[in-house]
Amino acid sequence: MDLSAINPVLLVASLIVAATPLLFAALGELVVERAGVLNLGVEGMMITGAICGFIVGVESGSAYLGFLGAAAGGALLSLIFGVLTQYLLSNQVATGLALTLFGLGLSALLGQGYQGVKGPTPARLDIPVLSDLPVVGRIVFGHDLMVYAGLALVVAVWWLLTRSRAGLILRAVGENHDAAHALGYKVVRVRLAAIAFGGACAGIGGAYLSLVRVPQWTEGMTGGAGWIALAIVVFAAWKPWRALLGAWLFGGVTVLQLNLQAAGIALPVEYLSMSPYLVTILVLVLMSSGRAPGSLGRIFHKTG
Amino acid sequence: MTLFTAEGLDKAYGAVQANDDVSFAVAAGEVHALLGENGAGKSTLVKMIYGLVAPDAGRMEMEGAPYAPGDPNAARDAGVAMVFQHFSLFDALNVAENIALGMADPPPQRALAARIREVSEAYGLPLDPARAVGDLSAGERQRVEIVRCLLQAPKLLIMDEPTSVLTPQEVEILFATLRKISAEGTAILYISHKLEEIRSLCDGATILRQGRVVARCDPRARTARELAELMVGEMLEPPARERHAAGDVVLVLDGLSAPARTAFGTRLERISLKVRRGEVLGIGGVAGNGQDELLAALSGEMKVAPGMVRFGDRPVGALGPEARRRLGLLCAPEERLGHAAAPAMSLTENALLSAMTRKGLARRGFLRWGAAKGFAEEVIAGFDVRVPGASSAAQALSGGNLQKFVIGREVLQAPEVLVVNQPTWGVDAKAAAQIRQALLDLAAGGAAVVAISQDLDELMEISDRFAALNHGRLSAPRPAEGLTVEEIGLMLGGAHDMDVAHV
Repeated sequence: MDLSAINPVLLVASLIVAATPLLFAALGELVVERAGVLNLGVEGMMITGAICGFIVGVESGSAYLGFLGAAAGGALLSLIFGVLTQYLLSNQVATGLALTLFGLGLSALLGQGYQGVKGPTPARLDIPVLSDLPVVGRIVFGHDLMVYAGLALVVAVWWLLTRSRAGLILRAVGENHDAAHALGYKVVRVRLAAIAFGGACAGIGGAYLSLVRVPQWTEGMTGGAGWIALAIVVFAAWKPWRALLGAWLFGGVTVLQLNLQAAGIALPVEYLSMSPYLVTILVLVLMSSGRAPGSLGRIFHKTG
Repeated sequence: MTLFTAEGLDKAYGAVQANDDVSFAVAAGEVHALLGENGAGKSTLVKMIYGLVAPDAGRMEMEGAPYAPGDPNAARDAGVAMVFQHFSLFDALNVAENIALGMADPPPQRALAARIREVSEAYGLPLDPARAVGDLSAGERQRVEIVRCLLQAPKLLIMDEPTSVLTPQEVEILFATLRKISAEGTAILYISHKLEEIRSLCDGATILRQGRVVARCDPRARTARELAELMVGEMLEPPARERHAAGDVVLVLDGLSAPARTAFGTRLERISLKVRRGEVLGIGGVAGNGQDELLAALSGEMKVAPGMVRFGDRPVGALGPEARRRLGLLCAPEERLGHAAAPAMSLTENALLSAMTRKGLARRGFLRWGAAKGFAEEVIAGFDVRVPGASSAAQALSGGNLQKFVIGREVLQAPEVLVVNQPTWGVDAKAAAQIRQALLDLAAGGAAVVAISQDLDELMEISDRFAALNHGRLSAPRPAEGLTVEEIGLMLGGAHDMDVAHV
């Protein structure tokens, strides 16, 4: 075993990259749940985003157009869930699970013919001087734009939820939909918007896997990331900053265990592979103290 | 000067005609009562005025101009504000955020907080804008709603059952505020079924029965009894009771302490009490002061140290509900659907769930369906439950009918001690009178009855002794006869909530 083969700077840099898909998916789901909707279809929306983004990216040759396509694909898929749960009042848990299964199948179908194809990859930032700084340059200034977009989204979601009127209405709808309705707010419309936003974010998260992390298309490539994103939302107590922490933690342990495997540590690979999941859940449980939105998962039935 | 008129309003939900040709008018500065039983159509009517429901026919006018709000925002723009009975506050948000949500164009939080302080002090309703609403008492929560309305300087203020959760002293404060508001020229539409309140507060009244206007009157010129008969449409018999000597002590609580059951619950603190055969002990108090915990400790849902609850000489604190039922200690909890009855199960099945042991409805692990159905039908017949049959699901019954079934199911098991929590909450006057009579008859037959209720009029009507539950502590019981409203208010902790808000 040779631990000196692990470069801490590269480790932190790749941690941030590994966390980005989770961050997008978790932030999207966080907004959805704050609006009082439990969408368990994150995994399905992520993988659909992964293939939609990959297809658009390959056909157009632009990775950023790919992300746009992924957002559209994820949002469209999530709106199926939206129509079923908000207009046809179906059970959110069952519908969300079905959405995951549907997304997995749909992506496999769409992905026929794209296996083994090489997609476009967004360029890493290269700012003269700054990107060449030792340590800081690689960690802070050496990523592609989507990494920064993810961080900006944390700030944006936090600001929206705590500082803006739209965010206040969204929280009100999630906290008590009957009261929000009685005050004249459009519960279903707010929730559909939140669901579409969540779908778009999950789609982008998925596309980050297929266009940057891996980068190619394989069936089932999200490998449970959507479920981890769901767990992060709950244990982050529905707070954006904590979701960032959770995503980094999971990304960090994932990258670390890969490095440890490469360094030949004397632990069975299976234990190392399961460690990110275990550590993330464990830490988030220990620090959790959140209270779920009051109307989370409840069906809103407009009565007069 | 007439401010608001409604003419010929109709609204039907499916086959049910909720409002049928309803007309009335409110003058500026008038406090106008809408009086009626549950289900008389009061809520539907105010929802139409507040823009939540569109009428099928009829028209409304506000200050002489046609008024047909498409949603609550339009109603607010026209100068109509509403204080809801429930449904309209957000526990996790703070006072200022809650108020901002009820305004069309709220100022920034800091300016809003200052205005909240200003308006709330001006009307004697002190509030801290930064506190989370979930931590407030019922009276303070209502203050949030009222201040939210007052900030918009409404012309017509609708109050839906505003006093149902308040102590007598809080009611006095509320009335003082309402009189001040109406003296400034704001019309108030006051919805209630509490007759004495309406007589002391309102200038005019419109009485609804089954969706129709049955009378218009000046409530100050009528007696409460006359109003009640207009509202119910028939003569009401006050429950008959005979005074009789109380028997042996059958239930003893000895320093009963227990933790809160939920995050918003209240822990019980050293409650001691003796209940005798043949008496009705009334326990008053505003909900959330430990009623649910007390019922759970008595029913056996929450186990406590054996000696804390004694049945006769026998310690039963550590026994579960089934063992206590076998002994004769029965309970009817507050929540009809989901606690006292399983919503989707039939009345026969619901009868089985509670009466299995005492009525021998199961033998060697097998259910005796015939006997169970017979017992359910006995309850239905004996308590005038209006239902097609014993196979109807509990959730298909109206509140009053299900409550009669739930109480009847326990009464007909011939309990030694019966504990009821809010026995007539949300039940129409006739069903409530039947339920109270059944409790009195049970006590006359030698059982002990413990009635936990928020409705003080009810407790005064049926109790032999009265005690108040406040913050998980029980006052010493006093004979109910001759207790005045002021004394009861002080027992309930009076205006203690008022001090909290000054902090």
